[in-house]
Amino acid sequence: MYSQISSNIWKSYALVLFFVAFIIGLGYVFARVTPFPWILPLAAVIAIAGSIGSYYYSDQIVLSMSNAHPATTEENAHLVNSVEGIAIAAGLPAPRIFVVDDPSPNAFATGRDPKHAVICVTTGLMEKLNRVELEGVIGHEMSHIKDYDIRLMTMVVVLAGTVVLMSDWMLRSMWFGGRRSDSDEEGGMGGILAILAIVLAILAPIAATLIQLSISRKREFLADSEGALLTRYPAGLADALEKISSDDEPLAAANKATAHLYIVSPLKEDGLINSLFSTHPPIEERIRRLRSM
Amino acid sequence: MLPFVIVVGGIVVLVILWLIVLYNSLVAQRNRINNAWSQIDVQLRRRFDLIPNLVETVKGYAAHEKEVFEQVAAARSAVSNATTITEQGQAQNQISQALKSLFAVSEAYPELKANQNFMMLQEEISGTESKIAYARQFYNDTVMSFNTTIQSFPANMVASSFGFLPHDYFAMDEAAREPVHVQF
Repeated sequence: MYSQISSNIWKSYALVLFFVAFIIGLGYVFARVTPFPWILPLAAVIAIAGSIGSYYYSDQIVLSMSNAHPATTEENAHLVNSVEGIAIAAGLPAPRIFVVDDPSPNAFATGRDPKHAVICVTTGLMEKLNRVELEGVIGHEMSHIKDYDIRLMTMVVVLAGTVVLMSDWMLRSMWFGGRRSDSDEEGGMGGILAILAIVLAILAPIAATLIQLSISRKREFLADSEGALLTRYPAGLADALEKISSDDEPLAAANKATAHLYIVSPLKEDGLINSLFSTHPPIEERIRRLRSM
Repeated sequence: MLPFVIVVGGIVVLVILWLIVLYNSLVAQRNRINNAWSQIDVQLRRRFDLIPNLVETVKGYAAHEKEVFEQVAAARSAVSNATTITEQGQAQNQISQALKSLFAVSEAYPELKANQNFMMLQEEISGTESKIAYARQFYNDTVMSFNTTIQSFPANMVASSFGFLPHDYFAMDEAAREPVHVQF
């Protein structure tokens, strides 16, 4: 359990570092080729500005997209007690708790830090899972809050956005303006650099998305293992994941924009290509790791 | 001569900085332990406060079960009279046993089990007992983290001179490990 936690932590941070190095390298190549040396900082600033609103208001935005209502002690005593108990185990203030009326079992957590955190579950989840399974799911969501995963993924999205912007401008500048004419390199070297830049500009956005999704998957594994540590009962979450994955009902309120927040991806994501582009690791692998703890 | 002095001075500054950072982190961890311990008390207090309501509800249906009510009353006064930490721990265990007996006795009264108030109290007390367990778990986690820090190298060389000593884990009383004997 502890070794899985530390391995997923350092793997996700290694990916982030690689991502940053990749962006810097990309920015260097593009700056040499386009008539626009400030391409990297400008792309970064715009990507950050675009994400600020969604970061600060992440909780309100996602809640209004999902038709959620607050959980009350009268109606959802068990849910409230479970969330408060696991918040104590995690050493966090209790997050706000919301409920979505949907028969499909699922849950998500959002909020930029533990003080502004929100956990939301569907009525389907509360009906279909027993006590220990529900606590397993809540442990997973609480771990996302404790690890500041929303903040991390927002930063990763900013990195990906920077890559996409840079690549887009790079291709446009090649299409419209040609290369920098004041380049003092030999014609051959400058030509190779230009071709490299074009290839990178086409492939980089795909690579950025793959890196972003790989980080997301590592953090999901991390939330699984830390959630199991909070409840000291990995089988609870494993059983819950089995129940959730065997349930075929699609979640009405989810779409591609919010899919990454849920405990189990509400979209269909089977097959090799799909799994590379999936925000969540395959469920069989998650269950296998939990049962081996 | 001068470069040597600069290097030595730099090393001294770094060591002092490390000591400051270490000391502050140990202070923060120790405060976290104290906070975690108080959190356990908060939950124990909550459970204690829920009991009178529960006793009244059960008495409404099973007034003649005198033994179990006496057990509960004895446990509550044990908590109020406990002074040392050991006594408090034992008194809280008494409350756990008394509550187990009370719920076990309630199993024989289907009307009581269907009572809304009883079901709500049962959920509240069950939730509070879970929170007590989680609070104890978190306390043990903070103690483990603190002990690991002060026992690791190189912090172990200076920790005790700063006054940071290993803390004890929360341990269950031997008596509380034995199963409850319920007689109908």
